Amino acid sequence: MVHAFEMKGRYIAYDSESCALHELDQTAFLSLCSYIENEGKRPVNERLEKIAAECGLPNEEILSVCDDIDELIQEGELFSEGQRVNLDDLYPDDPAVKAMCLHICHDCNLRCKYCFAGTGDYHTGKRSMLDDQTGKQAIDFLIASSGERHNLDIDFFGGEPLMNWPVVMSLTEYCEKRAAETGKDIRLTITTNALLLDEEKTKYINEHMKNCVLSIDGRPEVHDNMRPAPNGSGSYRIVSDRIRTFLAARTSADSKYYEHYVRGTYTRSNLDFSQDVIHLAEELGARHISVEPVVSDEDSFYRIRPEDLPEIEREYENLAEYLIRKKADGDPVHFFHFLMDMQGGPCLYKRLKGCGVGAEYCAVTPDGDIYPCHQFTGEIEWKMGNVRDVETLLDENRNLLPGKKTEEILNSRVRQIFIDRLMPDKAECRSCFARYHCGGGCPANSFHATGSLDGQYEIGCALAKKRLECSLWMTVVGQDT
Amino acid sequence: MMRHIKTVQKASVKKPVSGKACGECQTSCQSACKTSCTVANQKCESASK
Repeated sequence: MVHAFEMKGRYIAYDSESCALHELDQTAFLSLCSYIENEGKRPVNERLEKIAAECGLPNEEILSVCDDIDELIQEGELFSEGQRVNLDDLYPDDPAVKAMCLHICHDCNLRCKYCFAGTGDYHTGKRSMLDDQTGKQAIDFLIASSGERHNLDIDFFGGEPLMNWPVVMSLTEYCEKRAAETGKDIRLTITTNALLLDEEKTKYINEHMKNCVLSIDGRPEVHDNMRPAPNGSGSYRIVSDRIRTFLAARTSADSKYYEHYVRGTYTRSNLDFSQDVIHLAEELGARHISVEPVVSDEDSFYRIRPEDLPEIEREYENLAEYLIRKKADGDPVHFFHFLMDMQGGPCLYKRLKGCGVGAEYCAVTPDGDIYPCHQFTGEIEWKMGNVRDVETLLDENRNLLPGKKTEEILNSRVRQIFIDRLMPDKAECRSCFARYHCGGGCPANSFHATGSLDGQYEIGCALAKKRLECSLWMTVVGQDT
Repeated sequence: MMRHIKTVQKASVKKPVSGKACGECQTSCQSACKTSCTVANQKCESASK
């Protein structure tokens, strides 16, 4: 399908099946809109004459525009055919769990008001730490599950993982040892609120972790409002100092790894969040930023409401303009949700399968329980198994015994739900121009908003569409320079 | 040369390499995306196997 839109005086058309992108003048835009109204076919002459009159142009001019549109349709650059997909052809192997959100602890040294993890304990009332043995079993489970996959990813997550630092170091060394033994590439990420991020930990992370995600929400008053310490005091000052110091080390020649994100959450309390992204860039020196909308209960004061969408959409546009200015100044800032690889990017299967929840990705708690992702943690109906059971499948070298599969220790009902999920199954996705961009959206958000994995989380969809429009606008405007 | 339309990016949806997906790329929540979902910015890693 074709999505045609105007943003800040630029007319843009995006063919969602082929990812072809075009900039139009107003005449071509109005003409193309009449094609869209006519299901991709050339409108009758009376309709075209009306557009010519609106634009103050002779009829021949509009007919010439339509000839160009017809040519693009012919070449598969507009209204291109939908992909006919047979999942077995795209991905003939069995899906393999090869990415893990490993909960280093279910405790935290902040009390963020919007925390989906219940300020660390995942709404269990029990704060706990991952022990070394369970952590190693989780890593062995991941390696055993991954089959032929070479690239494995582990995110040391929490709660706050730096509160259990000796286990982080021990598991890092175990990953490196097992990677050498198995030939796998185990890529490590750590997600931290930075409160305990001292010089020693910074050095270790920069030596061993491929990616580091640092949580801060932006301007001091915004951050302190939502991310207080347990005693209620603000955490901005120390967190911002820690992140500034970390970024300097991470981006220096001494750091083995560079990849990092400064990540925040925006809520109804800071709908002007473009100012927070700008603050992170200008005041902290962050150049890789991800600021995401809060997900929350129906009754929370900070929940984003449908009536907030126009303001949020304007904020995304302001942000896109700022990013274009930074790029033009030779000092680019990268905003995660606007990034898009127009030349390639992920394959069709990835675009259809989405995030891989429960099929290729899982979360593991300090008790060893396996869930489809971090956002399902503690919801017992979604529990997939426990990593301690991997012992029944391994030999003395921690490799899978002949004929054994990790599927034997996983709940086949839950597992199959996620293996079978494919984005086109969602009714709203079939007619959405952004469907190959979001992969059907976050299933956990859908489930928590509607009670169904395939339900529509309408606010999430609206924001995904707006972010894609901004990304396309930036691609078009980026050609100017 | 079209006077009213400029193609910024030609048709390009990437088909799976060698007819099938390889499963080597990062899952989106492993990067900087913990409460929403964006997959189109994930890098294809078929060459890194």
